[in-house]
Amino acid sequence: MESNQGSIKGDLVVYVLILILACVQVFALKGHLFAMLVVAAIQAFLAISFFMHLGSEKRTLRLALIPATLFVLVMMNMIWADSYRLISMKPFAK
Amino acid sequence: MSEADLSMGHGAGVMEARPFAIPSKKLVMWLFIISDACTFGAMLFAYGFVKNAAPDWPHPFESGSIMNALLMTFILVTSSLTILIGVRAAKEGNKSKAIQWTFITVVLGLAFAALHLKEWMGLIGEGVRLFQNPWGSPMFGASFFAITGLHLAHVVSGAVALTVVALGYKRGRYNSDDLEIWSLYWHFVDLVWMFVVPMVYLMNVKA
Repeated sequence: MESNQGSIKGDLVVYVLILILACVQVFALKGHLFAMLVVAAIQAFLAISFFMHLGSEKRTLRLALIPATLFVLVMMNMIWADSYRLISMKPFAK
Repeated sequence: MSEADLSMGHGAGVMEARPFAIPSKKLVMWLFIISDACTFGAMLFAYGFVKNAAPDWPHPFESGSIMNALLMTFILVTSSLTILIGVRAAKEGNKSKAIQWTFITVVLGLAFAALHLKEWMGLIGEGVRLFQNPWGSPMFGASFFAITGLHLAHVVSGAVALTVVALGYKRGRYNSDDLEIWSLYWHFVDLVWMFVVPMVYLMNVKA
């Protein structure tokens, strides 16, 4: 298998960045869902690109994996309208 | 040329190059990871749905639980770094170092699992069950234990898989590629936790 391991120095930088972002989530953004999810997405991007080395894989692999996954996850957002409908209707509405 | 020759890679010149430039085993692991990402995504969306639709969703987590979650994050991210070091050592042919760092990763995974179980026991001690709790919406327990339980199962099965692969690597049954492929799974488990913490813990902090 081709080696695309990068350097230990680079891995350490990514490791520290991910931990700093985790602290930012806990100490600065607690309770702000959208901001916390943006930070989580940045952490995920760092982990996928550098720890899992997807960034250095062939472009066709990235195109085969990422758009399909994002499409499924984005389509799941259609549930929110129904969850808001539930809280606005019986038995909770006055 | 036999089928065995082709599958062993002896067919270079008569076979097309791999379209994704990675071995089949690695591609299969990637496909498993994206399907598992969708599974966790569906669970987190379902959790958001029931939380959104419940007017009395509990907020039971105090600062002790949040610090515990942060410590668990530290342990899991550190274990990602240790498996990276192990895989790099394996690629360099340093077998003993690779096995050593893989077992450090396993120990960190088990430490994460122990902290997780401690958190569970605390909540169970406060009266949280699958379909009841002292504070509000009965779905809290079911969704909390389902999401964190599925993640915990991934951590424990990952620790078992890394142990098996490391022992097989020591005996010569597996090679550095197998270790690298299972490290992908371990990083994925780490990645999922980054979404579980804000959604399950940080959105339910006691006021």
